[in-house]
Amino acid sequence: MTEPLLSVRNLRVEFPTRRGILTAIDDVSFDIMPGEVLGVVGESGAGKSLTGAAIIGLLEPPGRIAGGEILLKGQRIDNLDAEAMRKIRGKRIGMVFQDPLTSLNPLYTVAQQLIETIRTHADISEAEARTRAVALLDRVGIPAAARRIDDYPHHFSGGMRQRVVIALALCAEPELVIADEPTTALDVSVQSQIIDLIKEICAERGAAVMLITHDMGVIAETADRVAVLYAGRLAEIGPVREVITAAEHPYTAGLMGSIPTLTQDNARLVQIPGAMPRLNAIPQGCAFNPRCERAFDRCFKDRPDPIDRGDGRKVACWLYDAAVAAGKEKVNV
Amino acid sequence: MSDALLKIEHLTRYFDVSKPWLNRVLEREEKQFLTAVADVSFEIKRGETFALVGESGSGKSTIAKMVVGLLGASEGTIEFDGHRMTGTAGAEMRDLRRRFQMIFQDPFASLNPRWRVGDIIAEPIHTFGLLKGADVTNRVGELLDTVGLSAKDAEKFPHEFSGGQRQRIAIARALSSKPEFIVCDEPTSALDVSVQAQILNLMKDLQDEMGLTYLFISHDLSVVRHMANRIGVLYLGRLVEVADGKRLFTDPQHPYTRMLLDAVPDLALSGRRRKPVEGEIPNPINPPPGCAFHPRCPLAMPRCKVEAPHRVDTATGYAACFALETQPA
Amino acid sequence: MNRLARMWDSDIAWSFRHSPVAIVATVVALIIIMGAVLAPWIAPYNPFDSASLNLMDGFTPPGVPNQFTGNSYLMGTDNQGRDIFSTILYGARISLFVGFAAVVFSMVLGIGLGLLAGWRGGWVDSLLMRIADVQLSFPSILIALLIFGVARGFIPPSMREEVAIWVLIVSIGLSDWVQYARVVRGAAMVEKSKEYVQAARVIGVHPTRIVLRHILPNVMGPVLVIATIGLALAIIAEATLSFLGVGVPPTQPSLGTLIRIGQQYLFSGEWWIILFPSIALLLLALSVNLLGDWLRDALNPRLR
Repeated sequence: MTEPLLSVRNLRVEFPTRRGILTAIDDVSFDIMPGEVLGVVGESGAGKSLTGAAIIGLLEPPGRIAGGEILLKGQRIDNLDAEAMRKIRGKRIGMVFQDPLTSLNPLYTVAQQLIETIRTHADISEAEARTRAVALLDRVGIPAAARRIDDYPHHFSGGMRQRVVIALALCAEPELVIADEPTTALDVSVQSQIIDLIKEICAERGAAVMLITHDMGVIAETADRVAVLYAGRLAEIGPVREVITAAEHPYTAGLMGSIPTLTQDNARLVQIPGAMPRLNAIPQGCAFNPRCERAFDRCFKDRPDPIDRGDGRKVACWLYDAAVAAGKEKVNV
Repeated sequence: MSDALLKIEHLTRYFDVSKPWLNRVLEREEKQFLTAVADVSFEIKRGETFALVGESGSGKSTIAKMVVGLLGASEGTIEFDGHRMTGTAGAEMRDLRRRFQMIFQDPFASLNPRWRVGDIIAEPIHTFGLLKGADVTNRVGELLDTVGLSAKDAEKFPHEFSGGQRQRIAIARALSSKPEFIVCDEPTSALDVSVQAQILNLMKDLQDEMGLTYLFISHDLSVVRHMANRIGVLYLGRLVEVADGKRLFTDPQHPYTRMLLDAVPDLALSGRRRKPVEGEIPNPINPPPGCAFHPRCPLAMPRCKVEAPHRVDTATGYAACFALETQPA
Repeated sequence: MNRLARMWDSDIAWSFRHSPVAIVATVVALIIIMGAVLAPWIAPYNPFDSASLNLMDGFTPPGVPNQFTGNSYLMGTDNQGRDIFSTILYGARISLFVGFAAVVFSMVLGIGLGLLAGWRGGWVDSLLMRIADVQLSFPSILIALLIFGVARGFIPPSMREEVAIWVLIVSIGLSDWVQYARVVRGAAMVEKSKEYVQAARVIGVHPTRIVLRHILPNVMGPVLVIATIGLALAIIAEATLSFLGVGVPPTQPSLGTLIRIGQQYLFSGEWWIILFPSIALLLLALSVNLLGDWLRDALNPRLR
C-alpha cells in the first residue's frame, strides 16, 4: 500500500462573522496518491477553492482552519508557522490560479518571475536558473522561449499566459500541483490544450495534481479520481469513470443529468429543484435533503458520514447504509 | 417571406482603435481599425431558436448588440419583420422595440441594484405605456409566477436573490412587454450547471407557451446543441458555417467547426482520440489575409492565404471553405 | 416598524454602533447643531440686535461680573459687548447655514456636470474636465475671494448686507464643485457600461431618464462621503472668509468674525474672545470630519 502524498483528514474551515461562525468546509477527508490527478468538483459555494487555499496555507483571514489535519507525506502542514509554510509553498506544493491576468505580476518580466521562484527554492546561479527557466517555457509550449522569456505578461495571450503560470508552478519541481479552475477563463479550444499540457507535464515529473473545477467535462478528460463537494461537505469520491457513468449520490446523479452533452438527446435537462443552501442556512441532517427526491426520515435527522463502497469509492448518503436503508420511511415524494 | 422574423445581410462593424491624434502624428502611425464583424448574413424564422456560437473575438456579442440597437452597424442591414432597423428612429423604432427584448450574461450587473424587483420588471411596461396602476402590479405578479418566483418577491432588491433567481427576474423583465423575439447573450454562462439546467428548461417552456423566437448567443457547444434549431459558427467576425442543429454535430463541414467539436471535453468517456488543437485565435486588428482560419487549418491550400472563401451550400445550410468545393458534398 | 428594525440591524448601523469615534463625533455635532438651531430660545442674549448692546459691557472676562454694569457672562464679551456664548450659538447658526447651503450648491452643480461628462463622454467630457482641472489649480479660497470681489462690483452698496450671505454661499459653492464632478463622472462611466443600463437602452428608455433614475442612485454613495467632509471644509471656508473680512457683514458675526476680532485683542490679554469661538469651530469641523471618515470606511466594503 503506497503512502498517500497528501492526506486531508476531517478538515474544518470556519469564517467567524459578526452574525456567528460560518463553517465553509465541514469535516472533509480525502487522500491524493503520488502522481495521480484528483478532481475536486462542486458548484459555487461548495468550498472547493477554499480547500485548495487551506492546503497551501493561503486562507484569507478571518477564515481559518478550525479542525482536522493536513498531512504532506505524513508530516503535518496545517499548523506550521508562516516561514515554514513559505518553504513548502512552491518547493513541494505548486499552485495554478484561475485568472492568468492577475496571477502574474505585470511589472516584472517572465524571466524575472521564473528566476526568482527557482532561486528561492534552489541554491543555483542566475545563469543556471535562467537556463532551467527557458527549458521549462519551451516544455510548456511557448514558441521561441529563449526570446520570449524577457517579455512582460501583457505581451502574451490568455492561453500563453496560463502556460507561463503552469511553468511558474512547476519550476521548483513540486510534488503536488493545485490547479484552481485553470481553464475557466479560457476559450474552449485553448482549454483543451491547457488540460492536455497539465496532464502530460505532471505525469512527466511525477507530480500529483489536485484539479479544482466546476466543469465536469474537464474532470472527465483529466482526472483519475474525483471528489464531489456540496455545501462544504464531501458527497462522493471515487474513480472518475464510475462516478461519472454510475453516480451513486443523488446530488452527483442530478448534476450529471443536468449537463447538456454532445451525444444525448433530451427535450428537458434533469433539473435539481432549489439551490445549494447558503452557509448560514444549512439544513439539519444531510445538507442535500431539501432537494433530494429520495430522502427519507434519517436524512433529516443525522448527517451521513462517507460510507465505503469498496474500490476507493465513498458516498455520504444514508441510502447506502444497509442497516439504515432497510428500515427507512419515505418522507419526500 | 414573412416567415423570417429577423433578416441580417452583410452586417459589418468596425471599431476605430487608433491611438489619439497627437500620438499618431508624432509616431507617424496609421489609423487602426478592428473589424469585429465582417459580412455576416443569416435569417431567423418565426418560432425557432437560432444560435450563434464562437470563441472570444468571434463577434457574437457585437452582433447581438447591433441587432437590438445598442451599437450601430458600419455596413449592412438588419430587418425585423420586414421593417428596416438600421437607420430607423423615433416613434417607428419605439414600436419595433416593444417587440423584442434582450437577456444579458451577468445576472449581477443586469439588474439595477437600487431598484426594487417589481420596478425593474415593470420598466418596459411603463416605457411603452402598456398598462397603468394596479394592472401593472398584477402583471408583474403574473410574470414572477411564470418564471418560478413569487409575486411577493416584487418588493425585494436584487441582492437578496441568487444568480439563478436574478436571471429569472431578467427573463421576467424581458417578457413584460410581450415581445416576439428575445436576444439571449450567454444567458447561462455565469451560472452553475444545475442552475443552468433550470434556466434552459424555463426558456424552452416559455418558447413553447408563448411562441417566442430566440437568438441565442453562446460559447458552449453543448448548451447550443440542446437549445437551438439552427446554428451559425463564427470565427473572428466571420460566419464560417450555418447548419441545422443536430446536423452540425453529426456532420460538421467547416474545419473550424470540426476543431471546436474536437475540443469539447468528452463527458461520455468514450475514449475518443482527439486531434491536438493548433494555435490560438489571431489578433482581430491584423487578421490573417484570405481565409482568417488558414494558419490553423489542417486543410489549408495556397488559395486560402490569398482569397476570402465564399459560401458553399451544404445539406442544411452553408460553409465558407474552399476545401468543400473540391470535395463531394 | 419592520423597516426601522431592518435598518437598525443593517451592516452600516452595526458598524456605527461599534465605532466609538463615530458615536462621539455624532453626539458632539448634534449638540452644536441643536444649540445653533435653538439659539433664539436658549441664548441668553441676542448679539445681532445692535440696539441692545452696551459698549460698557465690552471686554468682560468669563464668569467675572463687569466692573461697570455688573453683568456676568458665561464666556465673557467681545469688544462691542456681545456675549460670546450667545454669539457662538448664533454664529454657529450662520456657519452651519452657509456650510449646508454651499455644499448643496456644490453638490447639485458638481453632480449635474459630472453626470453630463460621464454620460456623454467625448468632447463634452474633455471640455468639462479641462475646466475642472483649471479650477483645481487655484486655491479654493482664492476663487471664493475672486467671486466675492466680482460680485461686490455688481451689487450696489445698499443691497450688500442682505445679499452678502448668498454671495458667500455661491462663492464657496462654486469653489468646491470639482471634487463632486470628478467622482460622479468616474462612477457614471463605470455604471454606463453595466448591463442594467444597456437593458434600459434596449427597452428604449430616454437617456435623461436613464441618467437620473438609473445612474444617479448608484453614484450617490461616494458623493455622500465627500459631502460630509465638504461640509466641514465649507464651514472652515466661511470662517476663513469672515476672518479675512470679506464674509458675513460685521453686524452678523459668525465664528470666523469672532476669531478675527479675538485675534486683534489676543495679546492685550482678552484671551476669551478668540479661545471659545475657536474651540467651537474646531469641535464642529472635527466632528463632521470624523463622521465623514467613518462613513467612508463603513460604506467601502459594501461598495465592492
